[in-house]
Amino acid sequence: MPKLTIDGKEIEVDAGMTVLQACEQAGAEVPRFCYHERLPLSGNCRMCLVEMERAPKPVASCCMPVGDGMVIHTNTEKVKKMREAVMEFLLINHPLDCPICDQGGECDLQDQAMAYGAGMSRFVESKRAVPDKDFSPLIRGVMTRCIHCTRCVRFANEICGTSELGGVFRGEHLEIGTYVDKAISSELSGNMIDLCPVGALTSAPYAYKARPWELSKTESVDVLDAVGCNIRVDARGDAVMRIVPRLNEDVNEEWLGDKSRFACDGLNRQRLDQPYVKKGGKLQPATWDEAFAAIKAKADGLDGSKIAALAGDTVDVEAMTALKDLLNALGSKNMDCRQESSTVDPNVRASYIFNTTIAGIEQADALLIVGSNPRIEAPVLNARIRKRYLMGGFKVGVVGPNTELTYKAEHYGDDPAMLRDIASGAHAFGKILQNAENPMIIVGAGALMRSDGAAILAACKTIADATGMIKDGWNGFNVLQTAASRVGGLDIGFAPTDGGLDTAGILDACGDGKVELLYLLAADGMEAAKLSDTFIVYQGHHGDSGAHLADVILPGAAYTEKNGTYVNTEGRVQQGHLAVFPPGEAKEDWAVIRALSGVLGKTLPYDTLAQVRARMAEINPVFATVNEIQPADWQDFGPSTVGGGDIQSKPLKSHIRNYYMTDPISRASETMAACTAEFSGEAERTGTDG
Amino acid sequence: MSTENTETFAFTAENQEAAKAILAKYPEGREASATMPLLTLAQRQNDNWLPRAAMDVVADMVGLPSIRVYEVATFYTMYNLEPVGKNYVQVCTNISCLIKGADDVFKVCKNKLGIENGETTEDGQFTLLEVECLGACVNAPMMQINDDYYEDLDPASTEKILDALARGETPKAGPQGDRVGCQPAGGLTTLLGEG
Repeated sequence: MPKLTIDGKEIEVDAGMTVLQACEQAGAEVPRFCYHERLPLSGNCRMCLVEMERAPKPVASCCMPVGDGMVIHTNTEKVKKMREAVMEFLLINHPLDCPICDQGGECDLQDQAMAYGAGMSRFVESKRAVPDKDFSPLIRGVMTRCIHCTRCVRFANEICGTSELGGVFRGEHLEIGTYVDKAISSELSGNMIDLCPVGALTSAPYAYKARPWELSKTESVDVLDAVGCNIRVDARGDAVMRIVPRLNEDVNEEWLGDKSRFACDGLNRQRLDQPYVKKGGKLQPATWDEAFAAIKAKADGLDGSKIAALAGDTVDVEAMTALKDLLNALGSKNMDCRQESSTVDPNVRASYIFNTTIAGIEQADALLIVGSNPRIEAPVLNARIRKRYLMGGFKVGVVGPNTELTYKAEHYGDDPAMLRDIASGAHAFGKILQNAENPMIIVGAGALMRSDGAAILAACKTIADATGMIKDGWNGFNVLQTAASRVGGLDIGFAPTDGGLDTAGILDACGDGKVELLYLLAADGMEAAKLSDTFIVYQGHHGDSGAHLADVILPGAAYTEKNGTYVNTEGRVQQGHLAVFPPGEAKEDWAVIRALSGVLGKTLPYDTLAQVRARMAEINPVFATVNEIQPADWQDFGPSTVGGGDIQSKPLKSHIRNYYMTDPISRASETMAACTAEFSGEAERTGTDG
Repeated sequence: MSTENTETFAFTAENQEAAKAILAKYPEGREASATMPLLTLAQRQNDNWLPRAAMDVVADMVGLPSIRVYEVATFYTMYNLEPVGKNYVQVCTNISCLIKGADDVFKVCKNKLGIENGETTEDGQFTLLEVECLGACVNAPMMQINDDYYEDLDPASTEKILDALARGETPKAGPQGDRVGCQPAGGLTTLLGEG
């Protein structure tokens, strides 16, 4: 390993590192604009110049590989002057509009000009101006501020895999842009806002809304898809102003999907902020006591088998635990968190989680995607697949929708019958999987929602067993969930047991009058016709389709308004935190259920969040370890445990049609509506059911 | 700059063959190297300018995202991104030509054609452009019209050339004085005899 001296300090670093990285290890701060750990090198901002002994000129440390015996100085008078000079060049055409720039207060250029600049400009000529660019409903392009670091161009190229941005024209006329009049269409485009070291790319919905120093910042977890991206919720007063990603190497690195980032304006719209009770066929505002009394009037004397509950896609585990305990206390086993009727086996954890883990994708060398479009179902996870693809030696096959993925994939049609051939090795891709060191399969939620979902799950399990996906230290079988509450719900056992009804069964029973009281825990998208005369309690945070069916509405908290536990598709238990309080009379969800249990005379044995969490850990020990993955045992599942049936030859589809609107929050968001109008076809614009 | 994609473009059968020959010069996986010669070929076919459609066609042929080809085409000044006149007149005004009277040559062009730098005549016959050194300093002052260099210019010879072009003729390229190539202006001074 090369040894070098940095500012008089000897340090030994890994070969192949750059001088800049070595300086960081040695604790020497080197300013930079274009360099970013996750992007290819470009070396064009020149801010990271350092002095190297025996070199005739200063070197750009971000692009200089370390060598044995190098002597580097980062704090000499010469380096200081070089930085001042580079800074002066960077600022020549940069406007002095910091007071009206949204980047102000969190701007690399501002900070580094303060720290390393000369404090004055000698430039008297006129500055160049560049017309503003209309990049998308999400990104504002004030290109006069651009310093041409090309981070956004490299991000679009490498991470997004949608090469839409470039540097066009040359010299003083160089502009970063799309050249043609088109929007940046990647689902990860919001990350360019974070990457931009100046105010050239800023968030369009957040424009002129707040200053960074006014915001209170709360670390939390995203629930708008099942990846469980780590986020920071920035709020001012009682409103969430923006959501930005936070670093988690195992989950989202430092990226965040556009829906998760920009749907936060939906948190302030169409909220349920007080209880409602249906009187005379119309929902009327009511007090909590009246709402609970109305439920009690219905539930009293009702046989447990006539009560059922469904949990929605963004519910926290605490609420599901409380509701499960309440239903059990009332004598009901009819509950399901698989609102979309997915056929995974609730008893075998390995059958419903992403066993390989997201970071584990980087070790795979062949991937079969079944009935999924990861690009819109889990954009951040898709970025990880692309990262693996760019390392080379990675074969991807798709049985399912033929969509534009961000990596090269062989499309084998959308007929699920093909899965048998792949399992038997008769199909070419079956051989590729067999020959691979670490093969993996991703089964989309869309494939498991079909009536033949069990047979497809079984076929995928057969592929996993037959092609060596299951071995010591490697489990290549993955279900890509799309709902943040799904794995948590299954882990806590919010699923039918001992003859209880599942989602389809509950909905049928509601139609037949066999279930008279249905508790929807933020579950939307039910067919109203089926629920004809059922008494429906809706507990949730948005006036979405579920609330319209309700006889009693109990206002709950959205994910930014409660301390909740969520389990992502990998089975990673993560905790979100309260950033703002729920609006009006809305309350934390588990507390609502706890209060209701008292009214119904079945008081649940917990009064604090800690007690609920202790109860969760009692039901399933995975909840005792937060942020870590407990690998799931590979057990038998499939027709033997979830019921058989044959694969039908309907085409496999992803169940998400419009990435930008999949849940009550994003459906209430104006920003997401603008994206839908910009990026989706006309037909999908009106879709309120995702 | 014309970023609107109103034009359509396709290589002629003959140029398809030429494009194949260009692509064949580069090893497999390095087709992107053919970007610049293919753009040139497209420009020659398309009246000396590159519509966006042509860049898209080239991008497809070399397997690059369109933006990568736009970057190349907008970087190099020899690709014209807007329609130009039938005679594309580029007058050098760099140091050697300047000393030898390029200003006068340029003034004659402007007056004769009735256009300013960077403009095209209304009849679409001429585009006039002031350019940097074209590497013919020894025969300064000079101008390039389409593929031909016209050298050793003075106001009178410049006018003659433009008149001839306007009549649809092709004036003789090269030095407009009486020397051959870049021999010394006053006749040979060495290598006079056989011995």
